[in-house]
Amino acid sequence: MSNVLVFAEHQHKTFSKNALVALGAGKTLAAQSGGECHAAVLGTGIGALATELAKYGVKKVFAVEHAALEHYTADAHAQALSALAEEKGCDIVVGAASSIGKDLLPRVAVRLGAGMASDITEINGDGTMVRPTYAGNAMATISIETPRKVISVRVTAFEPAAAEGQAEVENVAAKIDEGALKIKFVGFNETKSDRPALTEAKVVVSGGRGLKNGENFKTVLEPLVDTLGAAMGASRAAVDAGFVPNDLQVGQTGKVVAPELYIAVGISGAIQHLAGMKDSKVIVAINKDEEAPIFQVSDYGLVADLFKAVPEMKEAVEKLK
Amino acid sequence: MKILVAAKRVPDPNATIKVRPDGTGIVTDNLKFVVNPFCEIAIEEALRIKEKQGGAEVVLVSIGDKVAQEQLRTGLAMGADRAILVLAEGNVEPIAVARAIEKLVAQENPDLVLMGKQAIDDDSNVVGQMLAEMLGWGQGTFASEIKFAGDKGSAVVTREVDGGLEDVEVKLPAIITADLRLNEPRYASLPGIMKARKKELKEIPIADLGIDQGVQVKTHKISPPPARQAGKRVETVQQLVDLLHTEAKVI
Repeated sequence: MSNVLVFAEHQHKTFSKNALVALGAGKTLAAQSGGECHAAVLGTGIGALATELAKYGVKKVFAVEHAALEHYTADAHAQALSALAEEKGCDIVVGAASSIGKDLLPRVAVRLGAGMASDITEINGDGTMVRPTYAGNAMATISIETPRKVISVRVTAFEPAAAEGQAEVENVAAKIDEGALKIKFVGFNETKSDRPALTEAKVVVSGGRGLKNGENFKTVLEPLVDTLGAAMGASRAAVDAGFVPNDLQVGQTGKVVAPELYIAVGISGAIQHLAGMKDSKVIVAINKDEEAPIFQVSDYGLVADLFKAVPEMKEAVEKLK
Repeated sequence: MKILVAAKRVPDPNATIKVRPDGTGIVTDNLKFVVNPFCEIAIEEALRIKEKQGGAEVVLVSIGDKVAQEQLRTGLAMGADRAILVLAEGNVEPIAVARAIEKLVAQENPDLVLMGKQAIDDDSNVVGQMLAEMLGWGQGTFASEIKFAGDKGSAVVTREVDGGLEDVEVKLPAIITADLRLNEPRYASLPGIMKARKKELKEIPIADLGIDQGVQVKTHKISPPPARQAGKRVETVQQLVDLLHTEAKVI
């Protein structure tokens, strides 16, 4: 029997889907080990966040406040989270495989002497887990052999926790040796967008090198994106060419998405791109090259000039409404 | 400044990966191996720091089979000064890789350890962070830009994170892991390749480092991912939209 501690990440005091998915996976792991599932929220002025978290069917929410936790930094958070796990007797620590979770959890694993499984996509009944390797081309079935375990979960692979009950919130004094801190937050340059977040959207429309330049993303692709209420993504080629910002990249090394509908426009379908979107429910490819590998994973393929097809599609979708 | 750079031997990222029918791994026959693309970016960054600051030394390290010499020679041909190969057979867990590099850091005393943010075979994205915690150092992961303060006592690292770019200041010595946009690695020149043959490449059996190699994460089997079948080809945009509306019911 092991208790589970879920690290509920927040970005500047709002929870994203990441926190609720980690909770969902944490509850599954707790049910399996026969232990309890607790959640931790770290920061300053986090009372309201802790109360919100308490609605999602955990046993307890630990609110850990400390001036050194005002902004996320890996070393301060690793100290506070691992001290909390030890104090509360939680042998399993779970978080999302987000940019924060990836940065933080390996440090927590070392502090706790725990084995770590990163970016898992399945939890099996026998205690094993599955994680994608080789850009999703080889699925590894693994088990953590140490008594303590740290696990990061792929956000697209698990259901977010549902609201149920009202847990107790416990304020916990953070244990941080400030003299040992080596990382200072300087600033965050947010990519501003009114569109849904790429990893949370029901529909994603991505553009590739076929769009030829950044201007065409705006004039050709974006009208379709907005008509569908979609998030916009891009292939690595389009990002490398400077058409769109880095954080729109979908792929092995960018964002992993699994929306209801993924529309790939002018994307050939390199292995590393497929790794980031092939778990989407329905995939559409629009490409003028009928040999493009993207068609091999698409449910619907249209061989066409995107500069004609995309505006036409926008019109046709508008007519449906 | 002394910079230690990790370089892993991995299959060519453009190669098609096939899983062995017995589930013990991937098919490696005729597979081309390269320097992990993120490690290559880390090597390039180390060389640029050296060129800008002068007097720096760039030391490469790899943990793996004897054949990983090839990848270290590639890094030496790009311009690194010397290399260390920690000889280990079979699968070396990320935690053991971090422990091995921790030992080398104790021997070499670098001011900076540069690594790729992840290896494209195992896709774990953990070694840099684990190493930073073991050493009690700061880290700047997923770096797209590195700027050094005048006195070189710290670095400001721009990180590619969800929703934008974040700047953190890390005290040196530190671990920095490279993301895609940090730089574009150079190709090794012919004179560089000739010179690389004469550069020092030291081999150390992993057992000599005296690290704990106990199994933390056990791999039971490797399976191919669920196959996705190619679907229909449609002729017109109207047909596509109709099918998405009536058949797939996603718009």
